[in-house]
Amino acid sequence: MALLLVLVPFVAAAIAYAVPSNRWRPWVLPAGALGHLVLVSRALAGDQLTGLDGLLALDALGKLVLVLVSVLFFVLSIYAPGYLALRRERKNRVFCACLLAALAMMTLVALSHHLGLMWVGMEATTLACGPLLFFNRSPNSTEATWKYLLIGSVGIALALFGSFFLAYASLHAGAEPTLLFDDLLREAPQLSRPWLHAAFVLLLVGYGTKMGLAPMHTWKPDAYGEAPGLVGALLAGGVTSCAYLAILRFYQICRAAGEVDFAREFLIFLGLFSMGLAAVFLVRQRDFKRMLAYSSVEHMGILVLGVGIGGVATFGALLHLINNGLTKGVMFLSAGNIHRAYDSKSTEAVSGAMRRLPLSGSLFLAGFLAITGSPPGGPFLSEFTILNGAITRGAFVVAGLFLLLLVTVFIGMGSTVLSVVQGAPSERAAATDYRDGFLTGAPILVLAGLVLMLGVYIPPPLHRLLHEAVTFLEVQP
Amino acid sequence: MTEWLDPLLVVAMLLNFVALGASHLRTVIRVVALQGVLLGVMLLLTHSGPSLRTSLVAAAAVLLKGAVFPRMLSHAIREVNIRREVEPIIGFIASLVLGAIGTALAVVFARTLPLAPEHTETMLVPGSLASVWCGFLILATRLKAVSQVLGYLVLENGIFIFGVLLHEAMPLLVEVGVLLDLFVAIFVMGIIIHRINREFSTVNTQLLSMLRD
Repeated sequence: MALLLVLVPFVAAAIAYAVPSNRWRPWVLPAGALGHLVLVSRALAGDQLTGLDGLLALDALGKLVLVLVSVLFFVLSIYAPGYLALRRERKNRVFCACLLAALAMMTLVALSHHLGLMWVGMEATTLACGPLLFFNRSPNSTEATWKYLLIGSVGIALALFGSFFLAYASLHAGAEPTLLFDDLLREAPQLSRPWLHAAFVLLLVGYGTKMGLAPMHTWKPDAYGEAPGLVGALLAGGVTSCAYLAILRFYQICRAAGEVDFAREFLIFLGLFSMGLAAVFLVRQRDFKRMLAYSSVEHMGILVLGVGIGGVATFGALLHLINNGLTKGVMFLSAGNIHRAYDSKSTEAVSGAMRRLPLSGSLFLAGFLAITGSPPGGPFLSEFTILNGAITRGAFVVAGLFLLLLVTVFIGMGSTVLSVVQGAPSERAAATDYRDGFLTGAPILVLAGLVLMLGVYIPPPLHRLLHEAVTFLEVQP
Repeated sequence: MTEWLDPLLVVAMLLNFVALGASHLRTVIRVVALQGVLLGVMLLLTHSGPSLRTSLVAAAAVLLKGAVFPRMLSHAIREVNIRREVEPIIGFIASLVLGAIGTALAVVFARTLPLAPEHTETMLVPGSLASVWCGFLILATRLKAVSQVLGYLVLENGIFIFGVLLHEAMPLLVEVGVLLDLFVAIFVMGIIIHRINREFSTVNTQLLSMLRD
């Protein structure tokens, strides 16, 4: 059953590759995504899910990531045929197959209870996303893809090194060397400390590169800037969430080993550093897609910061994982539509998007308000919870910096976003005859609706899942 | 058979230096391939009475690192018609010196690490650390896209050396998965190198600097 979750999107990828028609092929995406979504919802309701002799197992944290990835991917898969219909001139065979392969590999990461297998899944996700970034085939996208592949591969190689160190930590403790997550959790108190510390640092750098935490974020502005909006949404909402899950797994092992303070210091520092660096680059940012990349760096920072603070903030961070993923979907897809209509992503050439594209323009603005933490969007609730957690823990300096950086980001992003949406449509508004259609508009509306809903009402099953995940993450064995 | 392990590791570490100092890309490709073959042999040597599983992984590693990758990379540079890495960011001599310092530090550092009793005598850990360092050096200081991929391969070889210690702990699925990922990585990078050449008429990644804030 667990294996089926990985295989369904994989088979769909193979079908997409085999379908000869460029026009009909994109419709394999929603079909595969729907199959995945159905399986995921059944897995959530059903009993403990395992597979491959315990290499795969679905726990509460995995469920959380899996739900996010599956829902986000499903919405994106509805958008995809609409988008690809506008790009008829381009072959989309590799594009469609790689999208579905990425879904399969992200599912593998969420299900893995073997840290080696998780690594294989994460690296495969990176590789599946390479051709996606490359879809536009411009010199710029070549450059972005090269940086993404090289930086991503080196980062993830370090993560493999870190995983090996962790296995060695268990070997040194006199046990059978293992990378099975459950064994490591159980043996954690006996693990050799120097190896454990070294492993955690390497893994944080490695998977942090995939997450795009500063200072390992350098691939991100280029990749998100050049990728189609659809791919940006998948990377910023899905792939980074999987990398976050990987970091959480190792955080959990550190916790079980009684080294939680060691891990926390790193997470809080990297979190604040990412937020700070993003804030610097967000002020006066002229390229609105690169702006989204720095916003993603900021929110990855918020995610690790929340877990670093711990307690209530952990709940906030996990809720923020969902909120960030969905809101990033709204922003990237609407930004993609604006980019398409103006054939430019610079604020110098783009203005008046609200009038040129009433739906995408408004949603872009709404997405900005939500992601910067304005009520009643979902991120407001999760960011507030993290702040609350910091104050409850007495971490006033952290709380103060967190607030200050949030405000800076709000002001910085605000000036860019407002100059895009406000005013009279610029001359470039007539650059193309793109209009918002049902397929390129409705999915964004659905995501925006979900973001709004999470701000005022968290459905009980999700609430329960979040609590289970926090308990799973924070419990001392 | 394990008495052959350390000499092989020393050879692998020396090959790092050749890779750091050579300017002919073909030489570097061959050197990295040879290093890959040595790794497969090491895997067989460390595990007395190699099982079917060990032999399988070793054979796959030798085939990929020793034959497939060099083919793919040679193909990439034949098509784009380049022979040498002419202008590294740090000169060949300087990078050799840095590599030597890093290797010496790796040997010293490995002694301070708490190793399991059966591993204190082998060079596996220092060899691994030194190769990771040298790979990183090549990757960071060379401008040709092909050289960067070669640096990545040396780095990966270093990690593989460490993996030899843990071979028994890894399920076959994971080991095959790692090798498969590596194969796809080199394959995709090969395609992108080809594109870089077509669009920029060079494989110098220095020209890849249009995207900035």
